[in-house]
This record gives sequence, C-alpha cells and structure tokens, in this order.
Amino acid sequence: MSERTVRVASGQGFWGDWQEAPRLQVRGGPIDYLMLDYLAEITMSILQKQRERDPSLGYARDFVPLVAGLAPELIAREIRVVSNAGGVNPEGCRSALFDALEEVPTSRPLQVAVVSGDDLMERLDSLLAAGHELRNMETGEPLASIRDRVQAANAYIGAAPIVEALAGNADVVITGRSTDTALTYAPLMFEHGWPADDWDRIAAGVVAGHINECGAQATGGNTLFDWRGVDLEAPGYPIIEMESNGEFVVTKHEELGGRVTWATVSEQLVYEMGDPVEYITPDCVADFSSIRLKDLGKDRVRITGVRGSPRTDMLKVSIAYRDGWKATGTLVYAGPDALAKASRADEVLRARLDRLGLHFEEIRTEYVGAGACAGLAPDELSAAVRDAIPEVELRVGVRGRERDAVERFTRELAPLILAGPPTVTGFAAGRPRVQEVMAYWPALIDRTAVENELRVEVRHA
Amino acid sequence: MKVRLERVAIARSGDKGDAANVGVIALSPEAWNVIRDEVTAERVKAHFSRVCEGRVDRYELPNLFALNFLLHESLGGGGTVSLMLDAQGKTFAATLLQLEIDAPADVVEACDRVRSGEASGRPT
Repeated sequence: MSERTVRVASGQGFWGDWQEAPRLQVRGGPIDYLMLDYLAEITMSILQKQRERDPSLGYARDFVPLVAGLAPELIAREIRVVSNAGGVNPEGCRSALFDALEEVPTSRPLQVAVVSGDDLMERLDSLLAAGHELRNMETGEPLASIRDRVQAANAYIGAAPIVEALAGNADVVITGRSTDTALTYAPLMFEHGWPADDWDRIAAGVVAGHINECGAQATGGNTLFDWRGVDLEAPGYPIIEMESNGEFVVTKHEELGGRVTWATVSEQLVYEMGDPVEYITPDCVADFSSIRLKDLGKDRVRITGVRGSPRTDMLKVSIAYRDGWKATGTLVYAGPDALAKASRADEVLRARLDRLGLHFEEIRTEYVGAGACAGLAPDELSAAVRDAIPEVELRVGVRGRERDAVERFTRELAPLILAGPPTVTGFAAGRPRVQEVMAYWPALIDRTAVENELRVEVRHA
Repeated sequence: MKVRLERVAIARSGDKGDAANVGVIALSPEAWNVIRDEVTAERVKAHFSRVCEGRVDRYELPNLFALNFLLHESLGGGGTVSLMLDAQGKTFAATLLQLEIDAPADVVEACDRVRSGEASGRPT
C-alpha cells in the first residue's frame, strides 16, 4: 500500500463552470489527478436531446478543447484526468477528443478510456420485461405509467470501471453517469490500493469527492462567512491531499485566490445534503456526521474520522421524462409605484389569458426586486418598503400539457408594452421561449443488472 | 439578546428534487449549543411558510457544529418542472439566516470576533 499523498484537484463543478480553473490547477503546482464534473440531473436530458438531433453529440463539449489544449502539459506533468464529460455519448466524446488532438503535438499518444453501460435507454424495455419495475422512489409508481415519455435513463455508477481504466494506463477516463464523488475517490482507491470493502476509507474518499464536486464552492465561492474579503477574481479550486489511511487535507494552490478555511469547507460539506448519516453512493454509505474537521491555517483544512458502512445491493437510476411545456416571460416596471404597476399588469395579463380560454396547470407571478426569492407577495411588504422600490421585474411563468396554449401565452406579454400600465421597459430579449418540461423520476435497480453491462475500453488515437 | 441567526452562524442551501436543503453552521461551539435549542424544525417551517408546503426534517452534525434542514415541497416541483425564479433554493440559506433567535450576549460577541478575524478561527 502506498504511503505517499495523492493529490486530486477539482477543475469543473458543472457544465458551464469557469474554463480557466482546470488550466490553473494543472499549471499552479503539483497535482496527480484532475477531476472534471459536468453532470447534473437536468444535464442528462439536455444531452439526450442533443444526441437525438445529431448522433455524434450528447456529451459536454467544453471538455474537448480544454483537454486537447492541456494534453502536452498533462503528459509532461504526469497528470491524469477523470471526467463524466461523456454524458450520454462517451464514445462520441472520445472521438471528438481524438479529432482535436490531431492538431496538438504531444510527446506520446494520449491513452483515453471510455466507460459505458450506465445508459439504460436502449435496454429499458428489456429491463422492464425482466421484472425491473423502476418504481419512482418518491411516489412508488411503476415506470410503465410514463414509459412512452422517457427521454433519458442512466444508472449512477461507481468507482470500479474508473479503477479498471486507470489500471489499464489511461491518461484520460471519460465516463457517462458516474457519480460526481466517484470521479475523486476512484483514483484514490486505485492509487492507495483500497479494497472495495474498505468502507471507512472509501467513505473518506466520498467526503473528499463531495468537497471537490462543486469547484470553488469549497474555496470561498458563495461563502456567507466573509464574502467581501475573499479574492474571487482567480480563485484556486479545491485540491484533496489524501493519505493511504483515509485522512486528508483540503487545500488550493498557494498563489491563487479563494480561501480554504473551516468555514468554506463546512459550507460545501452541508451543500445538497439529505440525511447526513446515510449519504448513499454506489460504493459505500458514508456517515457525514462522523467527519472531524480541523483548520490548520494557511488554506489547509484536515479531515479525519470518516466512517462508512457497506454499499447497498441497488444503484440509483436517474430518469428524465417529457412532462408538458412551460414558458417564462419578464417585463420591467419603473417607479413611482413600480410594484403597483407590475401587479396591475399581471391582473391584465391573467384576464386576457382567461378571455382566450387558456388553461394551465400552473401560472406563477413573481416580482423580482420585491422579495421574489423569499416568496413574498406584494401585499406582504410595508407601504414604506413598497414606495422605496425604484423598479421591479414582473416575471410570469406558465406550465401546461398543451404546447399551443403555452405558445399563445408567449404572445400575450408584448402587448402589455403599449396596452398596459405605464413606465414599462426591459422587453428587448423578445418573446419568451417555449420549453419542454423534463421531469425527474428517481428509481432503484439491482446493481448486477447494470454492472454486468459496464464496459471499459482504453485506446489511443 | 434577540439577534438574527446570521450573527452566530453561516449557511448554505441547495436542492434535492422538490425539497430544499439548508445547512446551518455555528460560528463557535457555544453558538452551536444556542442554535441547537433555538433553530427547531417548527421555527424553520414557520420562517418558510410562504414557500414550504411540506414537512421540515432536521438533522444534527455535532462534529461540524451544524444542523441540516430538509424543506419538503418547497421548490414548485423542482428541477425543470418549477416555474420559480429560485427553483434550486440557492437563496434559502441567506433567508434562514434572517431568523430571529435568542442568544446570550457573550456568545454573540465572541461570534462577532470570529467573524472579524480577531479570534483565530473557530476552536475545533
């Protein structure tokens, strides 16, 4: 077992994150692995739609120029990349990367692994026929009730295929719906030789992965401790320094901005948390209440004491299905009486929708600048506060089964500019866009039904 | 003394389907004892009465001096179903920190020193 410290650096926390971050991680000091997380629940259905339009797409396209551009440095510095950029088309992602690498001279060919088998879309009917009901974890309904509307179905997979790819000498590992945390703890399991039933150490890796998976959110981004005092122009993203015993330090490159303190790390630890005692992953159940955290100063926070328990027999499946249509439009009303004008415009709009006989599952009106985030209604503000609001954005959204009705709604906002209350502006963006609603259907599946189909393939261009 | 929760704690929020999570972290071990008593599930539910249509679950993480709240049925259906501006509950943390609580003056003052950097970080 290795006694050395393994450094896993976070480079992306979602698709759309800061493109400079991974470059700074590679160039700013020693790291062993760069983990790039691109996927959220909603991302998979977006990628599935992109692949329907063009079979060569369906992956996080940002990844390709990023990794191609970094390839010479990755080889020179012996840094390996682990990413779920593959989305619903990991093979397509690798092809695009190989194409991009043709323009990039490297001292040796880059070995790129593809992990596939998490995508259940094409196997869905055979899985259902074999008795996997894929019931909704929240409602208990069987998937059959919405089968014809399913847009994407992916199992959250764990470390094993990534470990296999690294053992096969992959420089870059491209997966589909690997869990965000596995992108960090799989390399740690591989480097330290942790057995698959070493629950405490894997749980420590899961905690490390949770800290890494949202990028700068662990290094001062979004902090409510002292947001004025943090240098966020070029923040260092988190770096995990993991020892073989499962104890680790969270840090960042010294010369970069951001900060690593008990506060910034604690804030990220509680982000998107459910029951802290049961943080379920494909490879263990981690107990976040067991975490012991010590601020060592100088942007170093030490984590010890993490406990885990055995993995379950099931894997979580993320299913997205088409569930109607929606659109959201905005107009800005300036003062005096900004809120009263916006509120009157909302009444007029709703009356016109009624006259047209349009019915929706939901119409929601919010007044941005007047307490929308806290869910405040206009009459809940004091008169003094209402009078002090210089302008307010009226934001109206509708959702319904019929696309035509939602489409018609999008034509009813612009008329308010001339045929509505005064002092209105902010309509330059034009008519609202009709969007298809992708609802989320969380389910469980016997892990063997997925794991028997997982494939790892390493090759170079 | 009556103070807003933000004087003695920090927080972060996010989404889990149609539920929002808000994690609250005390600025000192003494402040942890205060928030454990003061910030109950019932008070959190009342504070979010305009948006939270379901129950509120509360979990304790004593090692981290933290509480975690799950606010069910709070995000207008969650994900892309929601029509809410803040469909992921990102702003809920700052909203919860406006909750008024009762805290001893010396605990509040010690937290002020942690916040201003006079105290060398939270004792662990």
